[in-house]
Amino acid sequence: MCLAVPMKVIEIKGDMAIVESAGLRREVGIMLLDKVKLKDWVLIHAGFAISKLTHKQARETLAIFEEGRFFG
Amino acid sequence: MAEAIALTRLAERLRSFPAPPETKIMEVCGTHTVAIRRSGVQHLLPGTVRLVSGPGCPVCVTPDRFIDEAVALARQGVTVTSFGDMLRVPGSRSSLEKERASGWDIRAVYSPLDALKIASDCGRETVFLAVGFETTAPVIAAAAMKALEKKIANFSLLTALRLVPPALKALIAIPQGDAAAQPPKGTGATAQPTAADTGLSGFLLPGHVSAVIGKQAYDFLPERRLPGVISGFAAEDIISSLLMLLDMHNKGIYKVMNNYPRVVRDDGNEKSRQVLAEVFEPVDADWRGLGAIPDSGLRLKAAYAALDARQRFAIQVENASPRGECRCGDVLRGLIDPPACPLFNKACRPDRPLGPCMVSSEGSCSAWVTYG
Ligand code: SF4
Repeated sequence: MCLAVPMKVIEIKGDMAIVESAGLRREVGIMLLDKVKLKDWVLIHAGFAISKLTHKQARETLAIFEEGRFFG
Repeated sequence: MAEAIALTRLAERLRSFPAPPETKIMEVCGTHTVAIRRSGVQHLLPGTVRLVSGPGCPVCVTPDRFIDEAVALARQGVTVTSFGDMLRVPGSRSSLEKERASGWDIRAVYSPLDALKIASDCGRETVFLAVGFETTAPVIAAAAMKALEKKIANFSLLTALRLVPPALKALIAIPQGDAAAQPPKGTGATAQPTAADTGLSGFLLPGHVSAVIGKQAYDFLPERRLPGVISGFAAEDIISSLLMLLDMHNKGIYKVMNNYPRVVRDDGNEKSRQVLAEVFEPVDADWRGLGAIPDSGLRLKAAYAALDARQRFAIQVENASPRGECRCGDVLRGLIDPPACPLFNKACRPDRPLGPCMVSSEGSCSAWVTYG
């Protein structure tokens, strides 16, 4: 039930925003996040943006494992 | 292509990773349960490692009494709105789906904002069933603030929100509260129970709950010599998180690691926590399988009491009778795997579920049947 999907902010209207992903648009609340900007990627859960996505990718973790070490 | 190769390597690494006998890892979150079984990660585990489900499916841990209350409200002619998952959950006598079939106004919504819109459009008393964990609670709090702001006077909440850390504490039996955590005076140092007492070797921690509460909310785990890794939901997230857990377990390192930094900040989301704390405050709450846990639920603060359906309506329900042979409670504590329930995939199946762990698509029993 904690499912959330990443979507891109394309319009901001006060404490609401229009977000888009794969051609799907939806109006969501943005009052749970500080400083939402146009083009930010945000995670949407039950009609609200709950987190901003950073560009740090999961790949970093993979790289560490490729090197074969984690805790010394 | 490169990604597929990386994933294959990661999978091979997990399969051959050294792990001591009877290593038991709990995936706390129902969304993880489904992601694991859908991607088949359970087949990649070293032979000595077992994954068990925890109390992280909101629909599953919600007691029968809550459904009974919602049914009672619907039968008063109140419009009941809910996340779709709740509709099929059997209460002690009926479910919302059955009540809807007999003509009561019960509607599935995607967001509490949709419930708010229904309230302002239809003008009738409209109740939203506030169910979920820390991911969902701020969302519902924000909708509650909107209801007051827009003066939608016919909207209210029936709450059964739950908090994850208190449930994990109860599960590993940490005495609640500071006073209880102190060894009694004069007895010298009391032996701290260790991870061995719980049978658990570590926790795969919920990604989106953690996006709100942050890493430090799990500081009680290292104190109990248990590692935890906050994980995302893709197969490579889950496999790498499991590798981190096994590595820590092998080396006796007890830390909480954030393996989902593209979404989860170490300090969580302060703004969400502020909105949550503006509207709700902790309250003792009942969990299926775990019983009553201090400060593990949320209730509306005095300033929002006007939105409390329990104050607005007289809701009469009888005490729920225990649920026969259903072992959902034991499944939620990681004590048994679903097939150990005598009804599993026989009397209780996804198309005619008897217990909540089979109803919810995120329930462990349902995930075991659906994905094997
Ligand atoms: S299989 Fe059905 S009856 Fe058995 S524990 Fe799971 S939900 Fe309950």
